[in-house]
Amino acid sequence: MTRAPAYPYIRSKDQDCATPARHPVVVVGAGPVGLTAAIDLAIQDVPVLLIDDNDQVSHGSRAICFAKRQLEIFDRLGCGAPMVEKGVVWNLGKVFFDERQIFEFNLLPEAGHHRPAFINLQQYYLEQFLLERLRALQAAGRAVEIRGRNRLVALSPAADGVALTIETPDGPYELAADWLLACDGAASPIRTKLGLDFVGRVFEDNFLIADVVMEETPDMPVERRFWFDPPFNRGQSALLHKQPDNVWRIDLQLGWNIDKAEQSRPENVIPRLRAFLGPDARFELEWVSIYTFQCRRMERFLHGRVIFAGDSAHQVSPFGARGANSGIADVDNLIWKLKLVQKGLAPASLLESYNAERVAAAQENIQHSTRSTDFITPKSEISRIFRDAVLDLAEPYPATRPMVNSGRLSLPTTYEGSPLNGPDSANLPANTRPGAPMMDAPLAQGWLLEALDARFHLISFNCKVEPPSHLHGLDLHHIALQTDADGGDYLRGRYLGTAKAAIYLVRPDQHIAARWENYDATELAQALARAIGREP
Amino acid sequence: MTKLNLDANILRPDDFYAELIAAHEGLSKAESDALNARLILLLANHIGDRQVLGQALAAARKQQHKA
Ligand SMILES: Cc1cc2nc3c(=O)[nH]c(=O)nc-3n(C[C@H](O)[C@H](O)[C@H](O)COP(=O)(O)OP(=O)(O)OC[C@H]3O[C@@H](n4cnc5c(N)ncnc54)[C@H](O)[C@@H]3O)c2cc1C
Repeated sequence: MTRAPAYPYIRSKDQDCATPARHPVVVVGAGPVGLTAAIDLAIQDVPVLLIDDNDQVSHGSRAICFAKRQLEIFDRLGCGAPMVEKGVVWNLGKVFFDERQIFEFNLLPEAGHHRPAFINLQQYYLEQFLLERLRALQAAGRAVEIRGRNRLVALSPAADGVALTIETPDGPYELAADWLLACDGAASPIRTKLGLDFVGRVFEDNFLIADVVMEETPDMPVERRFWFDPPFNRGQSALLHKQPDNVWRIDLQLGWNIDKAEQSRPENVIPRLRAFLGPDARFELEWVSIYTFQCRRMERFLHGRVIFAGDSAHQVSPFGARGANSGIADVDNLIWKLKLVQKGLAPASLLESYNAERVAAAQENIQHSTRSTDFITPKSEISRIFRDAVLDLAEPYPATRPMVNSGRLSLPTTYEGSPLNGPDSANLPANTRPGAPMMDAPLAQGWLLEALDARFHLISFNCKVEPPSHLHGLDLHHIALQTDADGGDYLRGRYLGTAKAAIYLVRPDQHIAARWENYDATELAQALARAIGREP
Repeated sequence: MTKLNLDANILRPDDFYAELIAAHEGLSKAESDALNARLILLLANHIGDRQVLGQALAAARKQQHKA
């Protein structure tokens, strides 16, 4: 099936330049991460060129589970709503061991948040919505451009930029970029060309991933089902998930040393799926493929003027849906810093904090992913004995259910100990300490996170302060909140605890930089300087 | 910090010991291993305190059987 290109190749005037055209930022790769980066740059008024060797949104089975924090990021970028509208929200999870269901859990969402804990949405829809947003920004006059069938084939980094060679249907051309964002996926040609490698624990596993379309079946409710060691996939795991349009995602773990070509042939796949879905299920294969997952990261994500984000920088196994989610969080962290550096408002060393914060996040994700994998596929006899014991006890008793690890929900990383973090006040709630992402809460009208854009914000709770509206060359947007208004209980619980008043300094990526119980202009100025890397 | 109790703490220890062995009676090695694992998990959950559990793991690990 050939599809119409989503962003067809169009010859650019850059291809006819005698000297290479220079762009402030070139993003390579229009996957979820590159698209998000381009949108954020456009919103923050940094001209951006996005190139991809393809001209389509991703097809086939890839990410389906997008977490609340990422939806909040997309809200800030102006494209969260269509995703949530199209996505499937689920709360009920069922866990099976061998032939029986051992327990179920209801992930009742915590109240007082605009967005659900996560949605299921095919990656191609997500990319489609991102592309539409990018087009809308372009139509509104923002300096953002996407070029299809533009393949990066060579690069040569220098101290003040990167020279690029791009291959197109009309032949190659040269470009120059002040900054290059490598969002070119797991096989990252940029990483390879620069001779950069991975560090840390590497393991692999093979999965048969199938998306099947099933007619509306009343006994197939919206829930997630996970099997440990089921009869239809002995010694391995299986997962069933609902996506929009009556599409169901099936993950069958295959283990190592398998013949991928053999395993993915329909005559081998269909009987397995039938064993899994039951003899009466009527389904059609939308997509099937075998993926090998790895778990690893680059040592550094920042290499001079070349910055890695998303799968190019780190990869995890699929449990816990951390791949795309963490890549989106990477660029949420990066873009405001890049903007300040690009505009000369912050020292280039601010980007080191991208490296520090997102390497720590990747490390956290890899740890979660490793632990899930070790639970799902025990690596030793004794670890299998304990794993089975946890599962056997989970059926009658709640005691070991929290240890059952079929993948942990992707949650945002708190940038603990980040060099950008400023003062904290011990009386205030732990969840909103410096480094943590803002927690949403209802306001008298709308939601707290809706009130935040890509500026720095000073949020005062129950106190009258008059902070400057510009500081260190930046806009500082003041929001004054009172907890006696509607939704005040959530605000109080999340931001005050037992304190009477509080002041929070919030970064453009909605992570908390510093907080106080009393306003002090000097301390604020210091904390802001620190948050933009102006203090060593 | 709560300290792991390494002093004798069980009333009528002979009875408990006999009970422990009796619980394994008639089980294969694999079934016994599984029972031990379930027992450890239940007791660990009852204790709950991560510091105490950490000390117990360290104490058990240190005193390897010298054959
Ligand atoms: C089966 C499966 C299930 C998954 N489930 C989830 C999930 O539920 N949740 C989740 O968060 N993640 C999930 N993931 C991971 C997720 O799909 C990836 O993490 C995500 O696609 C990474 O996005 P990216 O933009 O970094 O890279 P990609 O999506 O790989 O995009 C890279 C882009 O770069 C382009 N490119 C490469 N080389 C060049 C070049 N030389 N020149 C120009 N362009 C180039 C490619 O064409 C591509 O468009 C899953 C992955 C798989 C395979």
